[in-house]
Amino acid sequence: MLKRRIIPIELLSGGRLVKTRGFHDPRDVGDPVKSSKVYSDQDADELVLLQIDREGRQLVALVEAVTRIAEYCFVPLTAGGGISSLDDAAGLFTAGADKVLLNSITYRDRSVLTRIAERYGRQAVVAGIDVREEEGRFVLYSRCGRQRESVTLGAHVADVVAAGAGELMIQSIDRDGMMQGYDLGLLRKVVAASPVPVIAAAGAGHFLHLKEAFDAGADGAACGSLFNFGDNNPLRAKSFLKNQGIPLKRI
Amino acid sequence: MSIGIVDVGIGNIGSLRNAVLSQGWDVVSVQAEDDLEAITHLLLPGVGAFGAAMEQLARAGLVEPIRRFAMAGRPLMGICLGMQLLADRGAEGGDAAGLALIPGQVVAMTHSHLPLPHVGWNEAHQLRPHPVLRGIRDDIDFYFVHSFRLAAGDATAVLAETEYGERFPSIVAKGSVIGTQFHPEKSQTNGLRMLDNFCAWDAAC
Repeated sequence: MLKRRIIPIELLSGGRLVKTRGFHDPRDVGDPVKSSKVYSDQDADELVLLQIDREGRQLVALVEAVTRIAEYCFVPLTAGGGISSLDDAAGLFTAGADKVLLNSITYRDRSVLTRIAERYGRQAVVAGIDVREEEGRFVLYSRCGRQRESVTLGAHVADVVAAGAGELMIQSIDRDGMMQGYDLGLLRKVVAASPVPVIAAAGAGHFLHLKEAFDAGADGAACGSLFNFGDNNPLRAKSFLKNQGIPLKRI
Repeated sequence: MSIGIVDVGIGNIGSLRNAVLSQGWDVVSVQAEDDLEAITHLLLPGVGAFGAAMEQLARAGLVEPIRRFAMAGRPLMGICLGMQLLADRGAEGGDAAGLALIPGQVVAMTHSHLPLPHVGWNEAHQLRPHPVLRGIRDDIDFYFVHSFRLAAGDATAVLAETEYGERFPSIVAKGSVIGTQFHPEKSQTNGLRMLDNFCAWDAAC
């Protein structure tokens, strides 16, 4: 049986690990190489690295970060932030990424998903979907929450899966950094619409929130603040969740 | 000890190199027959299609040298597609001959109700002890990414099995040869321990 996954998510800016709230106000929370090594040693099932800078040489910086992190990190690595071509993805795979996460480009040119999936397999392609709730409706945003998109959530999920995404990471912008729990309504809607595994992101502040995400059908639960602040770590999260009957990998 | 990694463009060797280095071993890139002389152990990683990978090995002039390396009793470990290449034949990308070091054929996984590829953490149920499994408990999870499986021609070569719609060999071994369908270099502590055990293995069983 495949196991549910606990996935620390690390936001990178200017070579540092940062944490945002509502996609704003990045705060420095440490060195990404050190924290990745700690996560890898503490039984994380995967790591997600997202470059949130959008000026200049952000992709070069991401490749550098992945290269350094892959030296110490022996779990699958997902990298994203500003990828807009097969070549961008190829550079990250060569640096040591196992999967790439694409977001903004999936609204402009979904054939990039297809080209990456054809060369590296669908399992290596993750579509990131950022959502705000506006007047009771889920509205999609690209460019790190800066650009409002008109496509509906259901249509976009179908589009990116048809184009080659083998996994979705669904993120509530409203919940980012708030530590009040995932947006479970949003998560359930995406799980119901998606034939591929779904990772819940944004909102985890307590181990119980991870259980809620798994109960809502998520295959993976991504956590930023939960592990960035305080002394929580994946090992402790997993001992809690095992007692709740969630299937997790044994070490 | 000097650990060779076959590096002829059939897989991304960076993670495997980092994993072996992290355990304190020397790593050498193997791109041609001459490179095999100085090494004690050989790792054969791989991703992609069986037929294309065998062609790459043939183009590098490595098919017979790798066979001779293993048949001389020197330790060889295949990983993911590299494990599948140890078999007699493979069907991915057209029928092709393999290294014929582990009896069996590589076939597509066929169950209808589960998504392919098989990706994620899944358990290896150990059937027999082996020096490379020393210190690794039974039913431990490892990280898998594959759509094809080995249909073993010799049950005694199967060290561990995994369940994903069907039971398939996830670790195989015969003589000085061992193979894992999963990625030890992405399987954290237990994967690193396996790689370390392999690098310390004298294959004298």
